[in-house]
Parts: sequence; C-alpha cells; structure tokens
Amino acid sequence: MEFLRFATAGSVDDGKSTLIGRLLYDTKSIFQDQMESIEKTSVQMGNDYTNLALLTDGLRAEREQGITIDVAYRYFATPKRKFIIADTPGHIQYTRNMVTGASTADVALVLVDARHGVVEQSRRHAFLASLLRIPHLVVCVNKMDLIDYDEKAFNEVKEEFRNFAMKLEIPDLTFIPVSALHGDNVVERSSNMPWYEGSSLLHHLEEVHIASDRNHIDARFPVQYVIRPQSDEHHDYRGYAGTVAGGVFKPGDEVMVLPSGFTSTVASIDSYDGPVAEAFGPMAVTIRLTDDIDISRGDMICRPNNQPVSSQDIQAMVCWMSENADLTPRMKLALKHTTRSSRVMITDLHYRIDVNTLHREENPSSLQLNEIGRISLRSTQPLFFDEYRRNRNTGSFILIDEATNATVAAGIIVGSGT
Amino acid sequence: MSITTYELNHLDQLEAEAIHIFREVAAEFERPCLMFSGGKDSIVMLHLAAKAFWPARLPFPVMHVDTGHNFPEVLEFRDKRVEELEARLVVASVQKSIDDGKVVEETGPRASRNRLQTTTLLDAIEEHRFDALFGGARRDEEKARAKERVYSFRDDFGQWDPKNQRPELWNLYNGRIRIGEHIRVFPISNWTELDIWQYIERENVEIPQVYFAHDRQVFSRDGMWLADSEFVTRTEDEKVVTRRVRYRTVGDMSCTGAVESEAATLEQIIEEVSATRITERGATRADDRVSEAAMEDRKKEGYF
Repeated sequence: MEFLRFATAGSVDDGKSTLIGRLLYDTKSIFQDQMESIEKTSVQMGNDYTNLALLTDGLRAEREQGITIDVAYRYFATPKRKFIIADTPGHIQYTRNMVTGASTADVALVLVDARHGVVEQSRRHAFLASLLRIPHLVVCVNKMDLIDYDEKAFNEVKEEFRNFAMKLEIPDLTFIPVSALHGDNVVERSSNMPWYEGSSLLHHLEEVHIASDRNHIDARFPVQYVIRPQSDEHHDYRGYAGTVAGGVFKPGDEVMVLPSGFTSTVASIDSYDGPVAEAFGPMAVTIRLTDDIDISRGDMICRPNNQPVSSQDIQAMVCWMSENADLTPRMKLALKHTTRSSRVMITDLHYRIDVNTLHREENPSSLQLNEIGRISLRSTQPLFFDEYRRNRNTGSFILIDEATNATVAAGIIVGSGT
Repeated sequence: MSITTYELNHLDQLEAEAIHIFREVAAEFERPCLMFSGGKDSIVMLHLAAKAFWPARLPFPVMHVDTGHNFPEVLEFRDKRVEELEARLVVASVQKSIDDGKVVEETGPRASRNRLQTTTLLDAIEEHRFDALFGGARRDEEKARAKERVYSFRDDFGQWDPKNQRPELWNLYNGRIRIGEHIRVFPISNWTELDIWQYIERENVEIPQVYFAHDRQVFSRDGMWLADSEFVTRTEDEKVVTRRVRYRTVGDMSCTGAVESEAATLEQIIEEVSATRITERGATRADDRVSEAAMEDRKKEGYF
C-alpha cells in the first residue's frame, strides 16, 4: 500500500475539524474509547454537539482555551492507501505551523466557505501550498448545504480561486463541492449535487497520482554516516549510508563525490536484506564505491554529468519562525541542508511578501515571526543544492539560532549568487 | 526502458524514515542510547537500528528501565535479543532508586512503579551522560504524543514543554543542545499499531509469547484483565479466574492489562488489530486513565 501525506489548514468555523472528523469517522478510524472520551469532554465543556476537534486538540492548554496551537498528525487508512494528515491551525499567527505541516505534504487541502467565497485565509493557504511546492491542491468548497447545493455559486468560487491561482505555481488544482456536516461528497458521491461529475474527496485522495512527484532524474546521495564495522568479518568494509535525495543509483554507475570532485564507480548498494539492484528516493541504503577515496558526512554523491549547484552564495525564500528575534541583514546563523551543517550570514533582505495579497514590499529592515521574504546568504562552506522547485530534498534548509539552538527559519532555495 | 515504478509501499517508507533518523542521531550525537523494554515497539526499534548500521554493530548501548515488575518471559527475551546483537545493555533499576531512598514506593492495591520510573530514567541519563535517547513511542497511541516532535527536546530536568517545541521541517532535524540537555528521539512516530504488526510479520521478527493468546490467571479491575502476580495486591472482591488472553502492550505487570483473545498467530493478531474498535492504550493501560491529560503531565515531568 502507498502512503499519502496531506496537509490541512483552517480554523474551527470553516468546518475543517468537521471535515477531518468525518473522514476519520466514515473510514472507521475513530476508536470507541476515543469517541466516548470526547463525548464526555464535550458535555463537560457545555458543547451542544460532540466536538470532533477534541480528538486532536489533546494538550491541556488547547482543551482549556478551545484552540489548536500546533501541528497534529493523524493517521487513517482505506483499503487503497494509508494517510497521514498534518493538521494545522489556519490563522496568520500560525503560518510557521502551516509551513511545517506543508513541508512534507503530497496534497494540500484548502477549505472555502461556499457562502463567503475566496477570502484572505484561502488565498494565504494557497500561496503557502505553492511556495512549499505541494504538488496537488484540493479546494473543498464547503457548506454547500447552506446554499442549496447551487452549482452556479460553486462555479463562481471556482472561477474566483482560479483567477488568484494563476499568479501561483500550482501544478494540479481540483475543486470539490462538499458539505462536511452532512457528508456530501466527502466519502461518497452526493445525490444532492447531480451536476457535479468529479470524485468524492476521499476517492480523489485515494486516486491522485503522486508517484511521479519525486525527482527520479537527478541522482543525489548526501552522505549521512560512514559505516566501518571494524570487526574481523568485515575488516575492510567502508560503506556510505544515507537516504537517496533524488534520481536512481545502480551498481556500476559512474559517480562523482563533492566537494572533492573525485570520480568512482558504485561497487554495490547494500542493505541488511541483501544487495539492492536500484536505489531511489526515499530509500535508506549504503553505497560502496570501487575506489578508496576520502568521503565523510556532508559530502554529496552525484553523477559527473549531472551535478547539483555548488556555491557559497545562495538565494532563498525564508519563513521566519522566531518570536524572540527578527531576521535582519548581517545576522549570523547556523544552517542545516541535507546532511551538511554550516554557518551563514544573511547578506541581503530583498523583499517581504504579504501572504494575503502577494504584494512585495522591497528592502524591509527585518522579517518578523511568520513573515516570508527573499534573502541572500553566504555560507562558510559551499552547499550542494538544486532549486527547491526541482528537488524538495536538496532545495530546502533550516536556520538555527546559535545562542538558543532554536529552529528559526525554513528556507527554500531559489538559486545561487548574491 | 526500465519497468521499475519507483514506488515504495508504506512499510518500506516507514522503515526508510526510521533508518534515516537512527543514522542522523548516530552521526550528530556523542552518547545516544536506545530504550528497550522488551515490548513489541522496542523490539521493532532494535530491528530497525540493526538494519540502519549493518554490517556494523549498534553504535550505542541499549537501556532497560526495570521496574522490577516484569513479565519473566519478557526479561528472558530481552537478554537473548541483546546477546544476539552483541549489544551493550544498561539496566536502570527502579528497585535501586527505592533502596537508595530517591523515590518512595506507593502502597495499597493501586500501587504502581510507573511514575517512579521517571526518576530512575533521569538519574541514568545523568549518570551515563546520554545526550539522545531513542524511544518507541508512536503518535497514534495517545493525544499528547500526537503533537510531539520526532526530536523531542528535553531540558536539564528532562521536561517536555509542549508549547515550546522546535518546528520540524522536511527531514531536517535540529539536534543542537547544551550540556545537560538531551533529545528524546522517536523514529517510529508515524507508525500505527497495525503497521507494527504487519512489519513484525513481514520481517519475521521474534516477539515474546505474551503477545499471543494463552491461558492466564487474571482478575478484573476497571474493566481490564490484570495478571495475578506477586506485584499486585488484590482487594477481596477481585477474584482470580482463568481466561484466554493476550497482551496488546507490554509494560509493568501491575498496570498493564490483557485482552481476551484467541489470536495465537501473527496472522490472527493482525486480523484482530484491524477489526478492533478500542485503542491499545485505552484497552490496556491503567496509567493513562488517571486523567484526561495523564500522559501529557507525565511527559512534562520527564516520562517518555
């Protein structure tokens, strides 16, 4: 069975919890003791209905304040696929949580209230999905029951959203009219909307084609750990362990190692279960080379005729995540990119983007918590990267505050140069 | 043209993610350690760790926080497995913490050493200066765990602060800590109970017999079947009966309940787990029933 990771963002009033609750409930993924527990808590809290949001809002502070403060991961399966939901709160102050949830998602689910059409929040969610290059975006036009399942209204929302989405890079955009409350088009096709000829949401999630979303062209293998058993049986064994970050590796492939630039040949690809004929992402394997060359963690194995960009000067979009300090030019930070750690200086802050209007504010003095902007940075040592749009694994990085050790930014590589 | 589809099934993906995490920690930390209870999740963890570093041995020791209230067959299993892997075993004993006067044994029929474990664990971390501890917790187990990161930062007191967690992006983990602090690492965060069983079956991983249906002397408490043992005090109303049971989780004998079951093979267990309507901790853990946020509260104190 295949996995699908999808990210949702939204607040209680747009019906997101109800929608997820329905997906879980109708796929029999809510257990009896969980249901009894939230029914009991709902009564205690004075709710008129069983509050499905309590299923994930598990922390004391969340229950007390009736809010979601963090990314919650939920799991369910159908006979066709296993699903991981990264569920995040939708308000602007939770942009960093949305970015976190979206970073690994195959599909983004955006909810639009059919009565209100495309609002600021829906635009922001669509922008973040496109920034993080989530390959598939599903717009659920919810609360169709409140507008008499009107096809015309649905088409208007669709048109409005499409006009906005034209400014973004969204490879695959799907619209589904639903009523989360009544279950229309969530798991089963609804008889209330005979004019709708597409799939139900669940059916779409089961069928959407994600196998081609990974980069299987540019061979990239960041060396994570060098395996040297130092035992009698494997005395001379030296293997490079890591997770394939792009492309395909096979024994016999001619490879190049960065930063040294030495070339060699893949002698074998090893695993506990035996030799591997072909390694591709996200397999975790161990590569052995025919030549004894000096390779360590942070090095990149690629092909001589298909190398990543190697540069100390990087152009990137960043989402700033620190509430303690703002991002400012000249700031020094630690960076983690693939298996490589480095120190960087922010050399330029080009613009800040208004996540609601996409308006660019040129040359701001700083980026604050949850703000997104374009920066240049210089690294103390070269990084081996691809543009994020080409490869999410070799195009992403995090920034860490060296004083507090906090993760303060998510970075998306746009290119090299200053 | 190659006909390879370049798709991994869900167990392969979960395995690859866990192996990546094991290697990342081994590369970036000085003194990692793997928590091992002999339960199915930690057995899977040990199996994954062995895979991550093959053909080398585990580059870190294995630690058992021993409450002294163990299932004998689980202890036997622990020792056998550790020997097979030529791993180094560290035993942190709750009995010793009691004897040293660091914690006080609870009394009465509800007495449990579950909470005392935290002190024993934190002392062991300090003594061995461990900077990363692998645990087999899964996000589907419990709602506080659903919000915990793969790398869960713990301060000098081993405490978890749910509101101050580091954002975790892509597969880039931030393992930076100061001296005295440590990280709890959960490589199987994204696995469900069913994934664990399917993986055990696929990989032919050996597990203790208590997981399979067997006849046992049990008594009923709070709707759970607890094993009659020297570690629990029964009240007069709690009569011992023989039932055909198996364990869904294995922990301290005094607070781990058995479920009635006829599942005697892995295939039957998978069938049973697929059909169950009760979560595993809900069915078998007295320690989670204390309050709505029992797990969250214990985690804040330094529990796993």
